[in-house]
Amino acid sequence: MFDAVWRNLPYLLGGYWVTVKLTFFALIGGIALGVLVGLGRISKKKWIYYPVTFYVNLIRNIPLILVIFWFYFVMPIIVGRPMDPFPSAVISFIVFEATYFGEILRAGFQSVSRDLIQAGYSTGLTYWQTTRYLLVPIAFRRMLPSMITQSIVTYQDTSLAFVIGLPELVRRTAIVDGLEVRSIQLFGFVAVVFFITCYLGSIVSRRFEVQRERGF
Amino acid sequence: MRLAYNFDWGVLWRAPYGVWLLQGIWLTIQLGLIAWIIALVLGVTIGTMRISPWPWVRRIGTAYVEVFRNIPFLVQLFFWYFAGPMIFGQAMMFKINAISGLNYYVAIIGLGLYTASRVAEHVRAGFASIARDQFQAALSTGLTEIQMYRFVIIPYALRIIIPPLTTEFLTIFKNSSVAMTIGVAETTFMSYKIDSETFHGLEATTGAMAVYLAIGLGVVKLMGMIESRFRIAGLVGRK
Repeated sequence: MFDAVWRNLPYLLGGYWVTVKLTFFALIGGIALGVLVGLGRISKKKWIYYPVTFYVNLIRNIPLILVIFWFYFVMPIIVGRPMDPFPSAVISFIVFEATYFGEILRAGFQSVSRDLIQAGYSTGLTYWQTTRYLLVPIAFRRMLPSMITQSIVTYQDTSLAFVIGLPELVRRTAIVDGLEVRSIQLFGFVAVVFFITCYLGSIVSRRFEVQRERGF
Repeated sequence: MRLAYNFDWGVLWRAPYGVWLLQGIWLTIQLGLIAWIIALVLGVTIGTMRISPWPWVRRIGTAYVEVFRNIPFLVQLFFWYFAGPMIFGQAMMFKINAISGLNYYVAIIGLGLYTASRVAEHVRAGFASIARDQFQAALSTGLTEIQMYRFVIIPYALRIIIPPLTTEFLTIFKNSSVAMTIGVAETTFMSYKIDSETFHGLEATTGAMAVYLAIGLGVVKLMGMIESRFRIAGLVGRK
């Protein structure tokens, strides 16, 4: 029943490895840039707040595919030579997902009480120390369920790198399907792989949510 | 820094590219609107199923939401487009594949089914925010269970969830861009096509971005009007 999947398993798993790698870099970069975006969105300095807000509102209103294409066209101009789809995809995902992580973290930062931040300053901590030791850890812990949910979304989104020819799981499945014409089992297989991994992720997210409701 | 690139913004309006882009915009609007109707009807139904008193109805609703939310939309679209016709057997498959504009219909249905699962989640949250008393008050006026949902609970819940539905309505236009992968010539597809003809993909995709921003602004305006028109008296509304 799964003969076509079985015959091409090493090739498909190689594609899944690309998916995992892309997800990994997208998350590391997206969350790191997201912290800065979140800080920018609560900044009182206008020259920080307005450009960051513009960036967030712009990107969140544009389809991810278009962002992927745009960077795929822009990068060669900046670098001056044709670019591999993988780094181009990583950059577009970081720029795109950072706005979503940034908004989640902004809500987290805003949930931290002002007294606590002032207490931090009054013990002699600098802005960056307060951010590093108080704001960021508390926001991360409070927003963990949403962060995990957004990470699952990012993982699903990586399939869209298909459009610039990145040989990730979905692209490779489409290639195999072109040869084997066993669409039901091949796309069914991809669907099951994504379903199981995402479902497990959502269970983890829900567990943290229950923990948060109990308070800690 | 000197860029080794000559901008040519003319690809956005010069014949035939300008017409392509307009055709793409028209398709994007069609995809979004028709799929949105499917998503609303199905999403409200499934969201309601999830709070029904019968466990197996609830389970069907939950299963639907879990399946559609945990599989990337691109994979769903490919499944419906490539595997969908095969499910009906060899003879039917050839007939279905012969339908002209099949990818257009598949994109609309796929987008509608996917968005329905997201709408259903908001509908459920809307129901959860309605006080228990409201249900009992409706029943005590002599309404049947079905009438209670039809005339009291659903109209109430739908108004409460207008803000999250606005986000979903925006998202459906953004997600419609995925339809390009099965060859539906909507806005993103057209910007890519312009690139393959002119090598000015940067200008074409930037133009397409402006299109999506304009559609987004339109949706926000429209939903704002709907929200103030149907505001529930006594609840705090957004200005």
